[in-house]
Amino acid sequence: MLQRIRAAPPRYWLVVIAVLFFAGFPTVISSFQAAQWANALILVIAIMGLNILVGYSGQLSLGHGAFMALGAYTSAILAHRYKMDYLLTVPIAGLLTGLVGFLFGVPALRLSALYLALATFALAVVTPSLIKRPVALTNGVNGIILLPPDPPQFAKDAFSAVTGTVMTSEQWTYYVTFAWALLLFWLAWNLVRHRSGRAMRALRDGEVAAAASGVNIAGYKMLAFGISALYAGIAGSLFGMSSGFVSPDSFPVGLSIQLLVGAVIGGLASIPGPLAGGIFAYFLPIESNQWVPAQTWIPTQIASTVEKAGPAVTYGAILILIMIFAPNGIVGLVTSGYERLRRRLRGAADRETGQAPPDPQTV
Amino acid sequence: MQGVLQQVFSGLASGGIFASLALALVLIYNAMGLVNFAQGEMAMFATFIAVTLMDRGLNYWIAFPVTLVIAFAGGVAIQRIVIRPVERAPVLTLVIVTLGLTALINGLAGFIWGYLPRAFPSPFPSRTISVLGAYVSYQDLGVIAVCGVVLLVIYLLLQRTTVGLTMRAAAHNPEASRLMGVRVSWMLALGWGLASAVGAVSGIMVAPILFLEPNMMQTVIIYAFAAAVLGGIESPVGAVVGGLIVGVTVNLAGAYVPYVGGDLELAVALAIIVAVLVLKPNGLFGRPSVRRV
Repeated sequence: MLQRIRAAPPRYWLVVIAVLFFAGFPTVISSFQAAQWANALILVIAIMGLNILVGYSGQLSLGHGAFMALGAYTSAILAHRYKMDYLLTVPIAGLLTGLVGFLFGVPALRLSALYLALATFALAVVTPSLIKRPVALTNGVNGIILLPPDPPQFAKDAFSAVTGTVMTSEQWTYYVTFAWALLLFWLAWNLVRHRSGRAMRALRDGEVAAAASGVNIAGYKMLAFGISALYAGIAGSLFGMSSGFVSPDSFPVGLSIQLLVGAVIGGLASIPGPLAGGIFAYFLPIESNQWVPAQTWIPTQIASTVEKAGPAVTYGAILILIMIFAPNGIVGLVTSGYERLRRRLRGAADRETGQAPPDPQTV
Repeated sequence: MQGVLQQVFSGLASGGIFASLALALVLIYNAMGLVNFAQGEMAMFATFIAVTLMDRGLNYWIAFPVTLVIAFAGGVAIQRIVIRPVERAPVLTLVIVTLGLTALINGLAGFIWGYLPRAFPSPFPSRTISVLGAYVSYQDLGVIAVCGVVLLVIYLLLQRTTVGLTMRAAAHNPEASRLMGVRVSWMLALGWGLASAVGAVSGIMVAPILFLEPNMMQTVIIYAFAAAVLGGIESPVGAVVGGLIVGVTVNLAGAYVPYVGGDLELAVALAIIVAVLVLKPNGLFGRPSVRRV
């Protein structure tokens, strides 16, 4: 056992550190900040789903906000109308959304990447008005208000034993989200390393070659859509829990763009990518909104415009710059930087040519 | 019956607007096999330039062509600066870049001109005229006329001039064109410029109806997608026909199908897109695509 621990590669230690960090985090930050981080983790979950679809199976969806909406409304209706325990509705919402996503994969099979992008983009734009129409079910533009979740006794006891304060519903929401995030990341990690993950990557890199090697193209494409929608559904359901309110305008087309930005910035086809991308995509508009008004040298009039336009401009510019200069996102930058650093520290021979690096002093 | 005719005419007017934007999409698709998600935002930005020119005291019919020239230059510049570095990247990358452009242009417009909707002047009188017993506004007729002229000009340019021939050649077979001395990359830039100018027409035509604000084109672009897909995404004629069909269908559905009403008109466009892609992916005028293995 000890030997196995000692032999573990450094990335396992990173995982342990990250898990401990996210578990202990809410005990030192305010309840409000815990709610923010819960929202960031929700975004991370949805981006993980999008990453499985875009990064691993090579299909593009610009409509994942719609799947989030479906998950959120499933939970909200079950909890509000049928008085179900909200925590129980989360997996139901996930499974239902996953099923819908799986079926959505059927028409998607016939579409090229470009048409798929186009159709899902249209879906994202139409979603708010589609939600508004069945008023009896969704309560139309008014949305559905949800009760804040009450932490169970064991969680209260544990939390007050550690911090000495009473656990708020925001902190409980954070831990629920964190638990789901852990579970879903573990699932994704296993998925991409095993048979189905390899099959998805194979069809991404060459559909014909994959089919020739016996990969069931249609099946795996639909599977990728279903799993991806499952993630988005669970994220949407958790979103309802954390915001205490779902309405058609909670799911604008901007949400779908935000998800894509997160996936691209973090790094497509990587497991830690969505974590970095989600946190970045969530906090960028919030931080810029706090930072800009605090700058005294910016006139107030301009500051209010920058507040509204700033995130869109930054998102857009970052998307373009990342695609041009760093297609593998933050994770790609970090890993290639780490590789370079290690090579330099060891002074190892150049891998391509087999030549020893020049002595720095003689250059 | 007269009511229906009236809806058809106003549907043709919005159809002309959708057709212009759809034609812009087709021009870029033909040049590089890419659907430009930023087309609507580019048109919106050009419309803001037009209104700025008019605020400076320029006459509508002077500001209009000046805006088109600026839009052309802007389209060329975007292709040179943003698209060229990723010209040979996979479709996924290109789509993400145009989405980035969408957000960037939208934010820039909000940054420069703010988010308050503003009125946009229309050069056409608001009176109506009786055609076949239906009352049709000069506004609708004017929009149909302007869009018709623009589409005709583009058609003549592509089919009857050397530049048009070169552009089509570069899009059809880049390698052979390069060997024949065509500067393919600049032809792509020209395509982007043309598309940007044609799109700008749709923005300027739609602005008096929708009011000008940074998110103005967000719904129009969906109708244009529907039009382009319906017509067959590589066919300019298809874009025009598709635009007119989408305009009329959406207008009639909004007026006569009870469940659709005003705010589900956009869902009709989505339904058209999905139906065409599933049932007849090449659209009305598109050639069936052949994939090389």
